[in-house]
Parts: sequence; C-alpha cells; structure tokens
Amino acid sequence: MINEVLHTLPQVLIDGLTLGAVYAIVALGYTMVYGILELINFAHGEIFMTGAFVGTAILLTFAGFGWLASMPALVALVLVLVVTSVVTGLLGMGIERVAYRPLRNAPKLITLITAIGVSFLLQDIVRFIAELKNGNYILTGPSLFSGQIGIKASSISSIFNDASVKSSFFIVLIVAVIMMVTLDFFVNKTKWGMAMRAVAQDRETAALMSVNVNKVIALTFFIGSALGGATGVLFAIQYGTIDPYIGFILGLKAFTAAVLGGIGNIRGAMFGGILLGVMEMFAAANLPVVSHGVLGAEYKDVFAFAILIIVLIFKPEGLFGKVSVEKV
Amino acid sequence: MKNWLHTIQQNKRLQAIIVGLYIVVTFFSLYLAQKSVVAFLLLLSSLLLLYFTTFSNRVKWLIGGVVMVVLLPLAASQGEAYQSYMEVATLVGIYIAMALGLNIVVGMAGLLDLGFVAFFALGAYTYGIFATGQANNFMPFGHYPLSGESFWVFIFIGCFVAALFGILLGVPVLRVKGDYLAIVTLGFGEIIRIIFNNLDKPVNITNGAMGLASVQPPRLFGIDFMYPSQFYYIVLVILITVIFAVRRLEFSKIGRAWKAVRENEIAAQAMGIHLVKTKLMAFAVGASFSGMMGVVFAAKQTFVDPTSFTLLESITILVMVILGGMGSVPGVILGAALVTILNLQVLTELTNWLNQLSLNGVINVPDALSPAKMQRFIFGVILILFALYRPQGLLPAKNPVFDEKELKDADKLVNAGVQKEVPQNVHLDS
Repeated sequence: MINEVLHTLPQVLIDGLTLGAVYAIVALGYTMVYGILELINFAHGEIFMTGAFVGTAILLTFAGFGWLASMPALVALVLVLVVTSVVTGLLGMGIERVAYRPLRNAPKLITLITAIGVSFLLQDIVRFIAELKNGNYILTGPSLFSGQIGIKASSISSIFNDASVKSSFFIVLIVAVIMMVTLDFFVNKTKWGMAMRAVAQDRETAALMSVNVNKVIALTFFIGSALGGATGVLFAIQYGTIDPYIGFILGLKAFTAAVLGGIGNIRGAMFGGILLGVMEMFAAANLPVVSHGVLGAEYKDVFAFAILIIVLIFKPEGLFGKVSVEKV
Repeated sequence: MKNWLHTIQQNKRLQAIIVGLYIVVTFFSLYLAQKSVVAFLLLLSSLLLLYFTTFSNRVKWLIGGVVMVVLLPLAASQGEAYQSYMEVATLVGIYIAMALGLNIVVGMAGLLDLGFVAFFALGAYTYGIFATGQANNFMPFGHYPLSGESFWVFIFIGCFVAALFGILLGVPVLRVKGDYLAIVTLGFGEIIRIIFNNLDKPVNITNGAMGLASVQPPRLFGIDFMYPSQFYYIVLVILITVIFAVRRLEFSKIGRAWKAVRENEIAAQAMGIHLVKTKLMAFAVGASFSGMMGVVFAAKQTFVDPTSFTLLESITILVMVILGGMGSVPGVILGAALVTILNLQVLTELTNWLNQLSLNGVINVPDALSPAKMQRFIFGVILILFALYRPQGLLPAKNPVFDEKELKDADKLVNAGVQKEVPQNVHLDS
C-alpha cells in the first residue's frame, strides 16, 4: 500500500502544486478583502470564473483571426492576462460599489446575502453570454502551451514512478509566484499598501489621517479581483475546459485555504493554498488505495470541507493568523 | 385612496363583503375557466387578502381553512389541469414548511445556514431507503420495501433524524459565528450531498447518482396516495401543524431567547440565556420541519436522487425567507408561495409562451435566454435588491407590544396578552 502511494507521489505533488498555486492566488483575493473590510467576498469565486471566460473568449477571438498562430505564445499570454485582469478588476470595483458600499454599516448577514446574490447573478450572466455565443456554456479554449515534459523521478529512487508535466504548469507556477511576490511587495512597501494596512487597522482613524477610505477599498477590490481574474486565465490554460459553475466550489476551497493560513494574512493565504492543493490531490489519488476502494476520489471535496470545518472549529485564527479579540 | 383604505379598515362588514366577493368571483372564474393559471393564483391570493383584514385570528383561520380544504380543490377539480394545480399547491406547502424551518434558524436566531437543504435530503432518503428494496442491502432483518402504512411513522422518524443531524451539525459549529457559520453550513450541505451521491459502495445504501426509484406510496385504510390531489391534504395537515408550532414557539420563552441571541449574543448571555441550548434548539427545530417535508417529498415524487438537493435549493429557501421578511411568519409563508409559484408556474408559462411565439415566427428568442433557465439570475436580483432596499422583506416581522400598566391591572388574568402589533425593524447582527 505504501509502495503504491509512493509510486504516484511525484505526479501527485506536481498536480497538487499546480492546483495549490491556483488556490493560493484566489485565496489572496479573499484575504485582502477580509483583511480590510472583515467581509467574505462570496462573489470572488465568480470573479475568478468570469476571468477564465474572458480570457478564453479573447484567446478564441485571437485564434479566430488567426493571430494566435502568428504571435509567440508568451506574448499572447501576457496580453490576455493584462486585459483580463483589468476587466475583472473593474468588475470587482463595480460589485463593491453596487453591492457592498451601501451596506458598509449594515449587519454582516445582509452583506453576505448580497454577496451570494452577486455570485448567482454573475454565474447566470456568464452562462447567458457563453450559451448565446457558443450554443453551449461549457467552453474549451485553445491550448497555448501543450507540450509535455517527463520528469524522471525513477532515476532518483526506484520507488517513484515517472511523472509528466504539461509545460503550462511552469507558466502557471511562475506567473503565480510573480503575482504573489508583487502583491507582497505592494502591500508591505508602497504608500498605497500602507494606506491599505491603515484602513485594515482602523477605518475611522485612517480617514482622520487623510486616507481616502473609499478609494483604498475600491483599490483593494480592484487588485483582489484582478488577481482572481488572472488566475482564472491560468486555470483555463492549465485545465482547458471551463463552465460557469467552476467558481463557486473553487472559491470555497480557496476560502478554506485562506482560513487555513490565517485569514487576513497574505503569506498565510499562499501557504494555505499550496498546502490545500497538495493535500487535496493526495487525497484524490490515495483515498481509494488506502481505503481499498471504499472511498472514491469523489470524496476529495468532502476532505477539503472537513479540513475547513476542523480548522474553523479548533484553530479559527489559522496557522499564521493572530487571535482576534472580539470587541463588544 | 388612503381615505378609502381607512374606511375599509374601520368597517368589518365592508371587509367581509369584499373578501367574500373576491373569493366567490375567483372561485367561479377558476371553476369555469379551468385552464386559467391566473384564476388559480387569484384564488390562492385570497388568503393574502384575508391576512390583511382585521378579523379575529379564529375567523381568519376558519375562512382560510374553508378556502384551502374545500373551495380550492373543488374549483380546481373540474378539468384536466386539476392534478397540475394540486401539484403546485402541494409543492408550495412543502416549501412553506421548509422556509418556516429556515426562518427559525436565520430569521429568528440569526444563524445563517446555507446548507439547509441537507436536512430535506436526510428526510427524503430516510423514507426513500426503507420504502424501496434498497434497505435489503444492509439491513439483515426485516422485509423491504416497507408497506405504505409505514409512511405515517416515517414522518416522525424523518423529523427526528433531521433534528438529530441538526444538533450534530450544531454542536461543532456553535463555536463559529457569522460568515464563518455560513460557510461551514454550506460545506456541510455539500458534504451530505456528496456522501449521498457516492454511498453506493462498499454497501449500496443510496444507490448513488442513479437515485432511488419507485418509492412506496403512502397508504391509509387500504387507499394508496398516488395523486398530488391526495398529497395536498397530507401536506396541508402537516403545514398547519407546523404553522401552529412556529407561532407558539415564536412567542414562547425559547422564541424570545432566539431573538435575543440574534440581536446581541453577548447581551443575551449576560441576561442568563443559555447560548448553546438556544442555538441547538433553533437548528433542531428548523431541521425537523425540513426532514418531515423531505419524507413527504420522497413519497410524492416516488423518486429520490442527489440532484434535488443542491446548493441552488438551499439558496431558493433562503430567497423565500429574505423575500418574505426575515423573522416574520406570514412574510415567510408569502415569500415561499411567491418563489415556488414563480419557479413552477410563471417561469414555465413564460417559457412556453415565448416558445410559442418563436414557433410562429413572431420573435426569435434564443434558447439560452429562456425564462426557465433564469432562476439563478432572478434569485440573484431578488437577493441584492431586497438586501439593499428592503431588508425587512415584504411583510416585516412584528413584535407584540405590551402595555405595562394594563399588564399590572390584569395581573390576575393569566391571559393578559398581546395588545397590538407594531412593525419592528428586524435587526440582524452576526
């Protein structure tokens, strides 16, 4: 049994790392908004999904004009990433303006309900457009990086099997790392980042110190949503097929990742994302082996939610978070 | 207009005439025009009109009872659309009971539960497993499927199982609050669905994604309950029990404790409310209604599969509660009725009408935009608009107001009761 688990380990780790990178960047969006507004932006998963669709639509248009063949894949990728993140960033700002800002002093339950409303709205709008244009809301984008690279893990030790990697894996990983490092730098080192942290600490006092709170919150939503949208593009490139309902569950898992790392903590979100991705892949590959086929790979979602529930109950501040004291 | 309303409000005889006339007119319009969905809906809405009158509660219940038990089935039974009307009425009843359950959890106790449909699923599967041959796979004793007579026992068993799981969910979840609670319950709902979807191995309990087919119909005195028109009465009886229970609970000690917890947990605790007990009670009671209706649903559909218990269903029930007014029993009833009718009748009718138009070549509506597929869109819009502009819902919750002096005067009278009701803003804080 152990042998079987070890055999598949290299492939599991690579797949887990890819998925984990996606989770990590989506989790960043949750964490940023939560850190500043103490609001779970339920619609973030849908922004991710919209990003995936916008990116795929752009790629399909390029392919339709025949430009995709003529330009280097990397240029196309950068172009798509930039356009998509601007679109989803603006979308995020719009959502904040319409659904969250009027309710900033309302009870949290109400904001949560608008957030659910927004995510349902986005799901259906995207479905309309996709189905209208395409006849079917499940889209398959053109593959940009389709090469396969074999990793000779068996040469290290005969226990491991060889693994294979799509070359888009590296793109996903590299872009994810670049985004995370830039964001970390932005929040910790720049003036706007400082304003964000000030608003997160205390909104009123920050306002007194001539920080434009509304602007900062809008910017937070822009950055968080832009990251989410860009991740959507990466997801579409890596996994190929997308539908309007991928965002919800993935968003939920990314939220789990954010909670796991300590919500409100950017580095924690990255770590939680990668950890959750690897754990989930590990569970998907090994649950049937360990339980002798009793539990199928379908239980990986149960596994992820169980982690969420356990973390929330026993360590709600997460692995890296600070314990928050409730104000009365 | 205002004057008019005022005079009508003052004059009970006038109200009686208006309501009576309305019921008679809509009754005959449905009686004569069998295919008219509008007439059916108008007759149903006589109950709403009744709610706004100033009659005493007993009179309202009496008239409402006559409309529901006699007039509605009688008027609808004249044509071939009878069963489809009754189907809608039955489903409305099922959803009302569920929405009332969720209303206790969300509206009264202020605990946002996004996995509520899990309890419905538990109820449905409890009956579904034992009323099909499925139970033979894991139960060594007994002979399955159980006969239809067991249905009546299973209503209580479903109620109990759901309540039990409500408590099981509640115990660990009590430590988290607000948004976290919402996400944890959402996760719970998904877990239950995935488990039901995959519980066909190692032992085939739920038959996985295939679902349980040909569930035994309920049987009473040798009569099998097969048609929606028969289920209508079952649902009606359960629903009236549920409404009665909810009304009694709302103004009892536990109901007031729920509202106190909703308004401010810490203050409520300081006033001596046992937080754990109160919240668990809310989960258990809310879940039990849902479980009961799950059993009825399984028996009515004669088919249970995991696709009936998705997140969309949970959100649907939440929309009912929000639309009607969180914490308000009449509001939630209205909300549930509106949403169910919207889903079952209005959207399908609109779709048919548009299809007809496209067939005739009048306009061309692409399939992607057909109203039947608009559910999510409509729910999203309802959630956002109501949260932004009318968080109290259509019929806001009211709290009884007690006059201190009169209470003191009537000290000897135990039943010194509700004086009048004034609107109260539902204030939910998590």
